[in-house]
Amino acid sequence: MMLRVNNLACERGGVPVLEGVTFDIAAGDALILRGANGIGKTTLLRTLAGLQPALSGTIDFPPEEAAYASHADGVKSTLSVTENLRFWADIYARPLPDDIFDRFDLTDLRDRAAATLSAGQKRRLGLARLGVIGRKVLFLDEPTVSLDRFSVKLFADFLRDVHLSQGGVAVIATHIDLGIDAPELDLGPYRATPEARGGSDEAFL
Amino acid sequence: MIALLTRDLRLAVRAGGGFGLGLAFFLIVVVLVPFGVGPQTELLSRIAPGILWVAALLAALLSLDRILALDYEDGSLALLATSPLPLEATGLVKAVAHWLTTGLPLTMAAPVLGFLLHLKPEGYLPLLGSLALGTPALSMIGTFGAALTVGVRRGGLLLSLLVLPLYVPTLIFGAEVVRRGAEGLATTTPLIMLAGITLGCFALLPFASAAALRVNLK
Repeated sequence: MMLRVNNLACERGGVPVLEGVTFDIAAGDALILRGANGIGKTTLLRTLAGLQPALSGTIDFPPEEAAYASHADGVKSTLSVTENLRFWADIYARPLPDDIFDRFDLTDLRDRAAATLSAGQKRRLGLARLGVIGRKVLFLDEPTVSLDRFSVKLFADFLRDVHLSQGGVAVIATHIDLGIDAPELDLGPYRATPEARGGSDEAFL
Repeated sequence: MIALLTRDLRLAVRAGGGFGLGLAFFLIVVVLVPFGVGPQTELLSRIAPGILWVAALLAALLSLDRILALDYEDGSLALLATSPLPLEATGLVKAVAHWLTTGLPLTMAAPVLGFLLHLKPEGYLPLLGSLALGTPALSMIGTFGAALTVGVRRGGLLLSLLVLPLYVPTLIFGAEVVRRGAEGLATTTPLIMLAGITLGCFALLPFASAAALRVNLK
């Protein structure tokens, strides 16, 4: 078992949004998070990635194996495509694989400044980072925003053929059909009740 | 860490990176002061140490809000926080990069500008030494302030208010080194104090910055 989440509760802005989230993902599997806007998909992913503490519950995965990709790509507009990717490769102390440009259709854009890329091209560059850093546990927040159908397929192919087939796992929040074979988790039933914190903390206010 | 440093330096020198902003500000202030004060060489050479240090401090302050805000806005800060690089190292590297793009050029330019203010010849070496020793503290304190205000829209004002009181000891001892040097007195005591402030900042503030970043990234 690669990723095990047990009875997790998380908050956003001091308000509990999700509670009792429990799932297991085996190596090589993905999990698609579904739910209406504001249900807490991003909050859950940020909690899983360790950007914010959980209210309660446990998250288990091999240490030093997680990576997070948010709505924002973290692409520096004055650096070229190659420089952007090389930076992340260096931070994670990994070589920059040559096939990454082909895989995300960035070969012709290698030396272009990221400022001149379209929104979709920038997004592809942001996603190519995931192929560079080589982490096994991916937490992806709306990875396909502003991608066209062709690019969505490129990304789904990367997930299926490179990431999952090598024993990685992925938790993906998305509203579209990625075309990969993965179970879905609807977060609706996990919506937190106002008392999820275990009573009021009025005494401390 | 080297990768982050080279990236930050590269971003700073490319278009829109803000490199030279502090330097230009420093230049403008110091060039304008003689016009404002009038052609009294005696008076100018007396206020030169203070003017040079205040101008250098304000020039360093000018670019503080860019240290982390840009990375926060485009999401790289959250990605860096989940990367193998500890946030303490991120804070330290950001401060070093800020110093290399602001403090170091200021230090290099200061002797030339000291000439415009009729700084006494004995004051040049202390000026160079005190700025080289003191400006790293300005960058590190500034990075801490930037980490505290990173999520705040238009946090520049708050950042300045937070950081300015913390800059005061550096300013006092820095200007004191130059003043004493220019008058031919011993500069050891203020230099040691200045070095102590800088070393203390670099020992403690990366951790404080990382803690502030963790809270702000929540």
